[in-house]
Amino acid sequence: MAPAGPRSGDAIFASVERVNAELFTLTYGAIVRQLLTDLEEVDEVNKQLDQMGYNIGIRLVDEFLAKSNVSRCVDFKETAEVIAKVGFKMFLGVGASVTNWDAEGTCCSIVLEDNPLVDFVELPDTCQGLYYCNVLSGVIRGALEMVSMKTEVTWLRDVLRGDDVFELQVKLIKQVPEEYPYKDDE
Amino acid sequence: MIGASKIKQYSNVLEKPLSKGKQEVSLSAFAFLFSELVQYNQTQVDNIAELERRYGVILLLQTMFLGPWAAGSEIVHNQLCRLEDAGYAVGARCLELLCHREKGNRRETRLLGILSFVHSTVWKVLFGKVADSLEKGTEHEDEYMISEKELLVNRFISIPKDMGTFNCGAFVAGIVRGVLDSAGFPAVVTAHFVPMEGQQRPRTTILIKFAEEVLRREARLG
Repeated sequence: MAPAGPRSGDAIFASVERVNAELFTLTYGAIVRQLLTDLEEVDEVNKQLDQMGYNIGIRLVDEFLAKSNVSRCVDFKETAEVIAKVGFKMFLGVGASVTNWDAEGTCCSIVLEDNPLVDFVELPDTCQGLYYCNVLSGVIRGALEMVSMKTEVTWLRDVLRGDDVFELQVKLIKQVPEEYPYKDDE
Repeated sequence: MIGASKIKQYSNVLEKPLSKGKQEVSLSAFAFLFSELVQYNQTQVDNIAELERRYGVILLLQTMFLGPWAAGSEIVHNQLCRLEDAGYAVGARCLELLCHREKGNRRETRLLGILSFVHSTVWKVLFGKVADSLEKGTEHEDEYMISEKELLVNRFISIPKDMGTFNCGAFVAGIVRGVLDSAGFPAVVTAHFVPMEGQQRPRTTILIKFAEEVLRREARLG
């Protein structure tokens, strides 16, 4: 019997267990607040959020691959499409789109339609350098690293800083070949 | 560009309309986020304990007089405080949001009223179901208990033996304390595991102990 084809983000989101987005939003807010109190420096908080996102991403990718049944992506373009269409939908329930491909196909922008992390949030003047949703960039970086792609993820546009959408730039740095911990002929 | 844009831009977060609260995220997204919160607190508390160790005296005295487990329980206690504080902030905001959205800007002023608000409305909105039970403590007048067979936040968490009494339900205890405190019912709220016969995982009980002034006020109101 042929294996089931990849499922759409909506279908998977409908089949997983869900929780109220507000609990998620408020918990994330509590985390950011705790970090700001402990670390005080906005840059440190950005780094810590990215690190937390990285830790989440390396585990999240397993669940993603298990539930979504996607086959191996042929190139980075397909990877980005899958992240935007299936990944974001499946976990956050929001759609995203991929734009702004560069000539070589290694750098693109993912634009989020909506972001449950920032409901009720406003950045005060003292925290203007804060990338509030930096955890998302860590998640993508961690997840892709587990599938042998080293990437750099940065925020291009952030609604909390005055832009009109959330835009992430994902840049492929290199494909790391799969390393096996044992030798085949031994 | 000619034509109205799809999304109206709000300059101020207070001008945005309040959502209906129907949006959802996947349980695993929340579980991952919560696990990062707990892990972060563990590293922070290790740092505090490390600081204490450098100035060794206090910890040494504690250990000498109270036994070696005391030092460990100090660390656990610190972690619980931090988790509870995180929950407190969530609870305070929940009260405002839910009073406005679900209750038409009315806030409960009676003890039983606020308890049933927590037990049904808050639980329903945050966890998707009302809490399993609400009981009054038999030994003390000021104690009430909300029980849950399996707290949502504890579903994917197992506590290693050396952490002893640590319960991530402290986050939920913090939420309840936040709601009660902001509503004018100061209380001490803790989370406990209660082992049940015939069940593998213990039940979780949120123990609420109200402050003296709350009971005096209740008695006055009749």
